Amino acid sequence: MHYTRGHITFSRPGTCIIAKMAAVACRGVRTVLGKSAGTSILTHQSAKFSTLREMATARKAVLAAMGVVGGGAAGLAYALNQSVKASDLELHTVKFPWSHDGVFSSLDHASIRRGYEVYKNVCAACHSMKYIAFRNLVGVSHTEAEAKDEAMGVQIDDGPDDEGMMFKRPGKLSDYFPNPYPNDEAARAANNGALPPDLSYITSARHGGENYIFSLLTGYCDPPAGVTVREGLYYNPYFVGGAIGMAQALYNEVMEYSDGTPATASQMAKDVSVFLKWAAEPEHDDRKRMALKAIMMFSMLFTITYYIKRHKWAVLKSRKIAYKPPQ
Amino acid sequence: MAGAISRVYQNIFRRTSTFILAAVGGAFMFERGFDLLTEGIYDNINQGKLWKHVKHRYGQASLEDEEEE
Ligand code: HEC
Repeated sequence: MHYTRGHITFSRPGTCIIAKMAAVACRGVRTVLGKSAGTSILTHQSAKFSTLREMATARKAVLAAMGVVGGGAAGLAYALNQSVKASDLELHTVKFPWSHDGVFSSLDHASIRRGYEVYKNVCAACHSMKYIAFRNLVGVSHTEAEAKDEAMGVQIDDGPDDEGMMFKRPGKLSDYFPNPYPNDEAARAANNGALPPDLSYITSARHGGENYIFSLLTGYCDPPAGVTVREGLYYNPYFVGGAIGMAQALYNEVMEYSDGTPATASQMAKDVSVFLKWAAEPEHDDRKRMALKAIMMFSMLFTITYYIKRHKWAVLKSRKIAYKPPQ
Repeated sequence: MAGAISRVYQNIFRRTSTFILAAVGGAFMFERGFDLLTEGIYDNINQGKLWKHVKHRYGQASLEDEEEE
């Protein structure tokens, strides 16, 4: 079927009575409306709307060269970065099979709770976690009542009172974890000059994250022959330089878990690593839940959008428009 | 089928007021269903790891749960 309006002939494929001309027109653009030159206009039009296929060879070569140079530079930068790391002296942590490794896998909250116990009983003697408040534990590792009890168990500096004096009071849910030292200088003085870093964001602040924490805590060993460690430092192959100011903190049975889990050194190291991972990324579980929702929602929307696009374009893509010169 | 579609059109989509109502109500119902579905999948993937799965093991929480039930 075809119909004519002015100088233009519209027709469906297969039934085109001026198929030859139509074919030429269709290769480039679908419309020559408003133009009224001879047949040559058809070829010009196709050049105007060209894609890579019609691009000049020189231009293509330039683009290709740019791509190769860019890719090469990125590869070189990556390789250099890798080789610098490989030249360090410390041992690199391996990747451990965490239960939160999967794309949609949440943290293990029973483990977070045990990890909090490890932090409270062992690490809190030296390390602060000043960005974590007791209220953050609610609904993560403790019920509200339990978190209140935890907070009550610590003494918080407050004040000044009516006489201008600072005083101590039991903690509240809104209080942040207390610092074991009044300031960094006191912390250094108590640890042979080494400052125990705040642990709030430690898994994000070290290469390897929770893997590194686990390796560091369980990695203490005798220094290899020929390596001497200065007084007050301890040999740990995972620490940069090998000599760390923190003594081994975790030994089997150094504490007891309230849920009865055997408190081996590696169990405690694993649990405290998960706890620190949660502390650094409290949004971890929500993030993965949202990822699941977003992927499902957007794949659905994409399918619908793609269908509608095909639907709407079907007419445009299958029509043929030809210029039929006036007789 | 055609009858159903035209009935829907006549009664809902034809008038802006009912159309908007259908859109808002549909969005509400869809979101509810979608959330139930995705939360279900997520909870299933992470069975035994989330706080709500382990909560009952600990002192206070188990007492509260027993009271509720
Ligand atoms: C006796 C005090 C003490 C205890 C207890 C302690 N640490 Fe440390 N920790 C330190 C000191 C001091 C440093 C600084 C070491 C250095 O810079 O040489 C440190 C450093 C660290 C580092 C940083 C290492 C790095 O790459 O810079 C991490 C992580 C760490 N501790 C985790 C823990 C964890 C987890 C616990 C509990 C299981 C713990 N620490 C218990 C004193 C302690």
